[in-house]
Amino acid sequence: MQSFLKPPKQQPKHAVDPALQPWIEKYRPKTMDDISAQEHTVQVLKKTLGSNNLPHMLFYGPPGTGKTSTILALSRQLFGPELFRSRVLELNASDERGISVVREKIKNFARQTPRAADAEASRGYPCPPYKIIILDEADSMTQDAQAALRRVMETYAKITRFCLVCNYVTRIIEPLASRCSKFRFHTLDASSNRTRLEYVAHAEGVAVTPSVVDALISTSDGDLRRSITYLQSAHRLSASTTPPGEIQARDIQEIAGVIPDAVVNRFAGSLGVEGEDVDMDAKKGGYDGVRKAVQELVMGGYSAMQVLSQLHDIVILHPLLSGRQKSRCALIFAEVDKNLSDGADEELQLLDMGLRVWKALR
Amino acid sequence: MSLWVDKYRPRSLEDLHYHPELSARLRSLAGSGDFPHMLFYGPSGAGKKTRVACVLRELFGAGAEKLKIEQRVFLTPSKRKLDVNVVMSNYHLELTPSDVGTYDRQVIQEILKEIAQTQQVDLNAKQRFKVVVINEADQLSRDAQAALRRTMEKYMSNLRIILVANSTSKLIAPIKSRCLLVRVAAPTPEEMESVLAYVAKKERFDLPPEVASGIVAEATGNLRRALLVLEALKMQHPDLNAEKLEIAKPDWETYCTKVADLIVAEQSAQRILDVRAKLYELISHCIPPSLIIKTLADRVVEQVDEALKADIMHWAAFYEHRMRQGNKKIFHLEAWVVKVMSIYKHFMFDIDLTGFDE
Ligand SMILES: Nc1ncnc2c1ncn2[C@@H]1O[C@H](COP(=O)(O)OP(=O)(O)OP(=O)(O)O)[C@@H](O)[C@H]1O
Ligand SMILES: Nc1ncnc2c1ncn2[C@@H]1O[C@H](COP(=O)(O)OP(=O)(O)OP(=O)(O)O)[C@@H](O)[C@H]1O
Ligand SMILES: [Mg+2]
Ligand SMILES: [Mg+2]
Repeated sequence: MQSFLKPPKQQPKHAVDPALQPWIEKYRPKTMDDISAQEHTVQVLKKTLGSNNLPHMLFYGPPGTGKTSTILALSRQLFGPELFRSRVLELNASDERGISVVREKIKNFARQTPRAADAEASRGYPCPPYKIIILDEADSMTQDAQAALRRVMETYAKITRFCLVCNYVTRIIEPLASRCSKFRFHTLDASSNRTRLEYVAHAEGVAVTPSVVDALISTSDGDLRRSITYLQSAHRLSASTTPPGEIQARDIQEIAGVIPDAVVNRFAGSLGVEGEDVDMDAKKGGYDGVRKAVQELVMGGYSAMQVLSQLHDIVILHPLLSGRQKSRCALIFAEVDKNLSDGADEELQLLDMGLRVWKALR
Repeated sequence: MSLWVDKYRPRSLEDLHYHPELSARLRSLAGSGDFPHMLFYGPSGAGKKTRVACVLRELFGAGAEKLKIEQRVFLTPSKRKLDVNVVMSNYHLELTPSDVGTYDRQVIQEILKEIAQTQQVDLNAKQRFKVVVINEADQLSRDAQAALRRTMEKYMSNLRIILVANSTSKLIAPIKSRCLLVRVAAPTPEEMESVLAYVAKKERFDLPPEVASGIVAEATGNLRRALLVLEALKMQHPDLNAEKLEIAKPDWETYCTKVADLIVAEQSAQRILDVRAKLYELISHCIPPSLIIKTLADRVVEQVDEALKADIMHWAAFYEHRMRQGNKKIFHLEAWVVKVMSIYKHFMFDIDLTGFDE
């Protein structure tokens, strides 16, 4: 009888057991007040909650800094959970967004006059008389598709606001960018990053030492998504050992793909970079020495980009190398970085880099 | 009769021969109910695929080994039909981007969305999610990678992704930040020798230690290669007498050695023509041009003065990079040959090179 009276709860389509949910989703900011850092943007956008005035917007900035979260939170606070579904269209890079989609799906949504908000659903929310189209990861839209957007944006501006979200503002064509108010998202500063990480760790009941938090911050370059994911991964690993262990700073580095200091130092040593724990054998260098050192890295499975970035730090911050030596190396590093991101063979690039650095330091 | 590489491929995490801490971590992750997206990376033949298969078995039981191949048809945006073979079990599915070429984004998205929207039908399944394994993930186009970003977050309830790659360099940061990175280093020489010894024991023959170490030295960390060589040697010389054994190289490698000899022996316009014909031959046998230039450079460098080695490698790296951006691979291979010949000739005849280098 009891169960008969209680209507079965409607499960949302992709319901996830919160215990299994990735923390980045679980702790995605729900309101504007939950957004860490980005004070300026949050302040300006919060004003729009009180007025009926929202411009077209362009959010840009590095990954994991809160762009998607901010626009979702703003939309939710404008419309509330009920109306959100009929008033907001979210498209991202996984959706088809070629010209034909712009001409059909986006345009169709844009031109519908928003239905008057029903009093029940909209209680407590401003519910302004327009819809929002979120084009997330908009830098992956083709130029043609972007061009096709121009007219749509203008024609239906009264009833539809656009929010374009991207990493690289230069990949948005100028005519689109100039129709939007631009909001720049900054990489998270260490202290906001720390506060948020400690908040998440606390909520999950995970013990983290300051050195673990330091490791999380230094391996994630101000990308909060990355540091939260690393934290969760490290927690999974340490919790799944028997008996459950504590998270160590070294775990974080392994998860982040950072090469252990001993390995990089040995490599640097064989290129002629003096260091404390460089063994004398490796120091002989020469073609064979460098070749062997490179092969070791390759067999270890370390990524060439990571080798480059850690070697760069060792050389540039080195107390004994001369300015001239460092400059020569900097030129080499820049070139190799470019070649690697063009997709050049990692082993050849590492070998070439090693041989040239070795020569530059002699 | 299957090859030894398949016959003795470990099937479960317990059977894996090396990296025991890694196997233990994987086992506890698979048992935790909180399995993340993963990215396995490491050099060729280090055992990534083997390890992933063991993880799947740990997650789902033996059913994950019952593979079938299904032919699927996809429509490209220009409405062309695209046939793709998909390897799958009841619990997982495997994709290789190079099978789909330029349409990797569409195919992967379609498959992922389909899986994400179907619930696990098998009520006895040990996990609520299905797994999609993407091999050669470093070959995924930027577009396909971008498209994975939200998908990996949104469909987490029904879907886990396991990416397998040689290197993480070509994967965009947002993808890496959504995965647990698992590095599979090549086995050490000792570890490889013990796998060879294990196989020899199972096949009931004596493997002299010198032979084993010879094979391992040639294989440079690639266990698949070591096992293939062992099997071939055993076929050719059933007694495995270490005295006379020569470890046969693959044909294309022997061919490369010959080409390198040609380059070092004579530097002339005629010789360039000869070499070019041989390069065409290699390319037409589907040897990847990057591998050709690497192998040639290695062989040439073995034969020249220390003073030239770095230079020759530099130009190999230089033209390999150019080759990726250009269209005609042969042009860049040939350019490198010319460059090497001129460096070599000038060195031998002691001509001042200033002003010649670029
Ligand atoms: N400023 C922030 N405040 C609080 N949490 C944040 C912030 N930035 C990122 N996060 C965390 O990281 C996750 C990802 O953030 P979000 O999706 O907003 O990033 P993004 O800027 O859109 O990144 P991308 O450019 O990769 O799409 C969020 O779910 C949240 O957990
Ligand atoms: N842990 C292991 N113990 C014993 N043998 C192994 C192990 N891992 C791999 N092997 C053997 O090595 C062979 C090659 O492994 P596998 O195919 O997994 O390599 P891979 O890393 O996927 O290589 P590639 O990058 O070239 O695809 C397998 O066929 C198997 O026989
Ligand atoms: Mg985003
Ligand atoms: Mg493989």
